Amino acid sequence: MTQEFKFTVNGKPVSVSLGNEETPLLNVLRNELGLMGTRFGCGLEQCGCCMVLIDGEPEKSCGKPVWSIAGKTVTTIEGLGSPERPHPLQQAFIDEQAGQCGYCLAGIVITAKALLDKNPSPTRAQIAAALDSNICRCGTHNRILRAVAKAAAQIRAGAGA
Amino acid sequence: MNAPLPGPLADNPSLDRWVSFPSPGKVGIFTGRVELGQGVLTAMAQIAADELDVAMARIVLRSGDTELTPNEGYTAGSQSIQFGGVAMRQACADVRALFLNQAAKIIGCAPDELSVRDGAILRKDAATGQDYWTLAGAVNLAVQATGSGPRKPIADMTVIGGSSERLDLPDKIFGNAIFIHDMRLPGMVHARVVRQPNRGATIDAVDEKAILRAAKTPVQFVRHGSFLAILGDDETAVDLAATAAVDHVGWQNVEAPTAAQQEANWLLQRPAVDRIFGAPDEGNPQGRQRFEATYTRGYLAHASISPSCGLAEYRDGHLTVWTHCQGVYPLRAALAKTLGLEASAITVHHVQGSGCYGHNGADDAATDAAIIAMRMPGRPVRVRWRREEEFVYEPKTPAMIVKVRALVDDAGKPVDWTQEIWSPTHNNRPGAGGNLLGALALPNPPPEPPPNDVPESNGGGATRNGEPLYDIAAKRIVHHLVAETPVRTSALRGLGAMPNVFALECGIDELAERVGKDPVDYRLSIIADKRARAVIEKVAAMARWDAKAPGGAGHGRGIAFARYKNRAAYSAVVVELDVAEEIRLAHVWCATDAGLVINPDGAINQIEGGIIQSASWVLKEQVRFDNGVSSIDWETYPVLKFSEVPEIDIELINTKDEVPLGVGEVTAGPTAAAIGNAVSHALGARIRDLPLTRERIMAALLKE
Repeated sequence: MTQEFKFTVNGKPVSVSLGNEETPLLNVLRNELGLMGTRFGCGLEQCGCCMVLIDGEPEKSCGKPVWSIAGKTVTTIEGLGSPERPHPLQQAFIDEQAGQCGYCLAGIVITAKALLDKNPSPTRAQIAAALDSNICRCGTHNRILRAVAKAAAQIRAGAGA
Repeated sequence: MNAPLPGPLADNPSLDRWVSFPSPGKVGIFTGRVELGQGVLTAMAQIAADELDVAMARIVLRSGDTELTPNEGYTAGSQSIQFGGVAMRQACADVRALFLNQAAKIIGCAPDELSVRDGAILRKDAATGQDYWTLAGAVNLAVQATGSGPRKPIADMTVIGGSSERLDLPDKIFGNAIFIHDMRLPGMVHARVVRQPNRGATIDAVDEKAILRAAKTPVQFVRHGSFLAILGDDETAVDLAATAAVDHVGWQNVEAPTAAQQEANWLLQRPAVDRIFGAPDEGNPQGRQRFEATYTRGYLAHASISPSCGLAEYRDGHLTVWTHCQGVYPLRAALAKTLGLEASAITVHHVQGSGCYGHNGADDAATDAAIIAMRMPGRPVRVRWRREEEFVYEPKTPAMIVKVRALVDDAGKPVDWTQEIWSPTHNNRPGAGGNLLGALALPNPPPEPPPNDVPESNGGGATRNGEPLYDIAAKRIVHHLVAETPVRTSALRGLGAMPNVFALECGIDELAERVGKDPVDYRLSIIADKRARAVIEKVAAMARWDAKAPGGAGHGRGIAFARYKNRAAYSAVVVELDVAEEIRLAHVWCATDAGLVINPDGAINQIEGGIIQSASWVLKEQVRFDNGVSSIDWETYPVLKFSEVPEIDIELINTKDEVPLGVGEVTAGPTAAAIGNAVSHALGARIRDLPLTRERIMAALLKE
């Protein structure tokens, strides 16, 4: 028995038909909607690779059954910006060359976006505390912390977020 | 007489294996090295752009592909730039010379009157109407490299030595499909493997009904011997089924590692292959003072952020495999053996995965996909390991025991040094005879490979960096290659270098302490190597090292040094930290001499990553066993978090040397030892066992 689930992703209404209402949002994004920027890391809500915004709040999409998303608004990394129109966070990550393997980056940028939406002037310690919901195994932490601080400064100075 | 060709170029001498001019304005560059998050592709593009005198934007890179690229074995051991980059540079120099010769013939001048600007051939700085692409039809690149093409002098380099932005980062930051995990092929089926718990375990019973119930959506089973896979069109169903299958598949002959086997000391009781090499051991005829100390480290996981993934398709008698492993050619050879195919019937393409830091599950996941694909011709198969599967079944880096013994002269300096090492192998790669996991579950599994480790000619495995670089009259290594291990072990960043440098650099600090010498001064008093002295002096200056800084009150500083493999980059590290119940890193300084640096920002990124990863190993990491591997996720195998990472300052010195030295693993050992030395300074008590857990800190304090 398939069911239909309707919600909004990156500003566009979507509708997916699924046989299992427990299907994680992560799998829906990647396998049904072709949005590959949200990554699978653990499926256990531990590593943050699959972070998305649900109604503006950072959530690990691997643990969100699709039924719980119905009617909600989801923002993924693809919804933040593009090479032509990068979000200030994305531009700052490029400016700081804040990545090694880069597998964790999409989730980290999303977590950082949620932080800056609430706290436009975070300290290094506050950025680090927010990003403790994400794991980086390559050791790019300091570049990432610098990139988030830089993006915050640019947003405060008027860059479009 | 030309100098011998760089190794990878001698192995793949045809220049068309390295460079092509596929279409006007484009330069094809082929490298056997693969992107593991270390930025190697960007560095290779820089090398080619500089040596061919073309803009970076013209370069189209292909890497790690058995159809296209040179066979450079494994992307490992910090050798990509030191060897592969040097080969690329010479290949490009040879190609450039062939084009200048051809242009000179057409123009009617001497080749040395010509130069290249962004691919255009100039004569005395004036346009000639010729460029690489007008000449490409007349220049045959299917010729052997000679090594005679003049390499551009370092002083004239414009791209090498500059921090070009990483070519792969934008896709990762904008969330594009760049990883192997993102590949979706037409008609593709998702698959998971129900892992054989150990070699020799056989399937007893499969409760298919229970597994199908858990899947909620139909899935299929594929079984061959004790190799069992679950497939389906819906990834969620396949995941649910695979998770349920752990409890619904019965196995016979199960052996599970025990808690007692978890600690390094278990290795002392085991059968081993013993070797002694270096200076003969003459005992202690002069009755010198002795120093002896034993250091240990437990098993570590690579703990790649993403579980391994592989894709395969068997069609019309040809197997195509997509993998994020470190060596496509060795994997192809191992797959040919496992599947009974000719190597020519297999193509292996590298596609990026998450950082691996060594031999993780990548080869095995590709093998899983290949085994399944062979049984369903025409259908692409995608296997993605579960998180727990990666933690339990990836090859671990071995636990190690390192005992250092020194004889000391009247001035307190070591004159005789023995490094005695107990370790399982650091090399179970398929290219070294290690078995692919899936192959062990098939009928007629391959035999256990004989005990072996990376030979010293290739930097050594357990013995890597076991020999101090210090000026010590007699040095020797005693190596016990432990033959039986509770879990499969293989290469992790630095191999034996981390435990060896931890032991010998903590040992050097202990020797300095015995004679009341400052650790920096003491090191400088026993080493003549100028580049070693330079990094030690530089890091001491960076950290404003103060010989008289008091310790013992919970705040400490430590220094350590190594030259990776005693033949790659030099690095010295100073760590400042606080110890209460736990260790809090405050600041790390690092000076590194990697010789010619292709991309300084990229090198610093690698060095910093190495520091943070090593700090994570030292402070937090050990794979636990409890009737099986019990480190199964990020809660049971925690790694360093953002809020635990210190500020880090890194400086590169001697960056315009002619010769590049591999840098990716150089900080693993010095960081570990500098933390060990700083903890000792902070506590006034030495902890010689890693990781530096709260229990060990408390025990060390109680002992004082």
